[in-house]
Amino acid sequence: MKTKDPFTLPAWAQVGPFAFVFGLFFIIPLAFVVMVSFWDYTEYSLVPDFTLRSYVETFEGCYDQLPGLCTILKTYVSTVKFCFLVWLFTLLIGFTIAYFLAFHVQSVTMQMTLALISTIPFWTSNVIRMISWIPLLGRNGLVNQGLIKLGVIKEPLEWLLYSDFAVVLAFVHLFTFFMVIPIFNSMARIDKRLIEAAYDAGATGWQTLWTVIIPLAKPGIVIGSIFVITIVMGDFVTVGVMGGQQIASAGKIIETRLGALQFPPAAANAVILLAVVLLIITAMNRVVDIRKEL
Amino acid sequence: MREGRPGSFYWLLAFFCAFLLFLYGPMITIFVLSFQGPEGGLTFPLRGLSLHWFEKLWNGGGIVDIKGAFVRSVFMSLTVMAATVVLSVLAGLAFRKRFRGQALVFYVTVASLIVPSIVTSLGIALQFRLFDDFIKTYGPEWLSEGYTTAMGLYTSGMGAHLTWTLPFGLLIMFAIFNRFDTRLEEAARDLGATPWQTFRFVILPIILPSLVGVGLFGFTLSWDEIARSSQSIGEKNTLPLELQALTTTVTTPEIYALGTVTTGVSFVVIGVALASILTLRARQARKGSDAGKGLV
Repeated sequence: MKTKDPFTLPAWAQVGPFAFVFGLFFIIPLAFVVMVSFWDYTEYSLVPDFTLRSYVETFEGCYDQLPGLCTILKTYVSTVKFCFLVWLFTLLIGFTIAYFLAFHVQSVTMQMTLALISTIPFWTSNVIRMISWIPLLGRNGLVNQGLIKLGVIKEPLEWLLYSDFAVVLAFVHLFTFFMVIPIFNSMARIDKRLIEAAYDAGATGWQTLWTVIIPLAKPGIVIGSIFVITIVMGDFVTVGVMGGQQIASAGKIIETRLGALQFPPAAANAVILLAVVLLIITAMNRVVDIRKEL
Repeated sequence: MREGRPGSFYWLLAFFCAFLLFLYGPMITIFVLSFQGPEGGLTFPLRGLSLHWFEKLWNGGGIVDIKGAFVRSVFMSLTVMAATVVLSVLAGLAFRKRFRGQALVFYVTVASLIVPSIVTSLGIALQFRLFDDFIKTYGPEWLSEGYTTAMGLYTSGMGAHLTWTLPFGLLIMFAIFNRFDTRLEEAARDLGATPWQTFRFVILPIILPSLVGVGLFGFTLSWDEIARSSQSIGEKNTLPLELQALTTTVTTPEIYALGTVTTGVSFVVIGVALASILTLRARQARKGSDAGKGLV
């Protein structure tokens, strides 16, 4: 019964094209990043070599300035701060939304419809969603106009747009999706009888939430957290647009270096960023064994 | 069972509505503002209602080759979408069996989601740059003469997009096949169907609505991609890259008009996808079972 079609092919041939794409456009490029980070460079060319020049330059002055922070450390502190704030807000909002969908919306069709409505903006352009804050938060934006009319403030607030606040707001706006869907997915699998059992055993709502729902929703929480944290750590677009190109971030260092065609320092910074991201994920993997939860 | 809705329901409902306002509110504002009159600015109030800024956009007034970028992006996203669906389905089928390196392929796919986009983008840029240098220096004359770069929309650019769309595709395929009733295939095999017939007449019709979902992710993620394209797209930019550059230079509602058009395309694609999913589901419900119809 053997016919020659792709469905009699062995598994490795079926997965071949897929694996090829990741080999060519992910694994080999990453290897080049590591390799070039040890290369030397001149103003206009790459020089194959083995030197720590790019790393040394990146951390230049860090030791001398202690206890003060050098540029790279300051940038990482600021990026991690954004990370933490965005993680906290997306988690709180995402968890609440997922909880509402999973436990308070009764029909499955309605659950799916509402989850879909929360997902649709994710499928539209991120930059458009960022600039859509301009008419609201700008100097003459709706928020300032409204507050002035209400007499809360006399002068328009300057920190609403092109500021740390705007960056965090945009991140939360763009990426809460990554928390809602995995947490909702975990919660939807919780056996409702467990909740009833907790209630019958006399648990209050908060106790049920804390001792039954949160532990069972942990896989979703961890997956969502990994998404949000890695996106914010490597971001340069949101920080650029919402920070008015004035705020530094770990991803933006790489972009700036590339703009100056300094490939080895860009690669060195990419390696450092990758190491920090992997460190954070390893730490999170300690909390929950991600492999077991998938 | 407790009866009726608990009080917390109304708080959570209010929170959910506020969340939707937060999600959609800003989008609606720029939609409204893109219809500003010719004298209107970037913020309210609306000074008249017109299609002035759309017209300006259409004529390309002041903005660099936006029409070209638009067309390039549409074709590229469609190509990425097709590649994402085909490669994900094949990989999804492979993952239902055992093969050597299965765990490796899975971890690499997940890693591609986790490694910051700018790092992947930089890597692809370096790869092509070094490749170009190699060709120029060591390549045979017929090749190196007049050679500039292998970088482009459909080489490095598309590769970069696929490292972002394929992981979503594979994860969706996992979700599909986890729920798949394997007895249906066994039945088909028992009735003498070839592997191709089993796929074509049993598996495909069942998973088709979900494949539309894979395609939707493939198109929309590629349509909006910036971070991975930024270093790897080559000479010709896609629409979102042009748009990002415009955010710092354009100070007229023209950029809102462009935003409305871009979002419009996204909504059309989402609408078409959801409509086809519903149609396919209805078709399944109608034709899925011949129970009670007697012998055919």
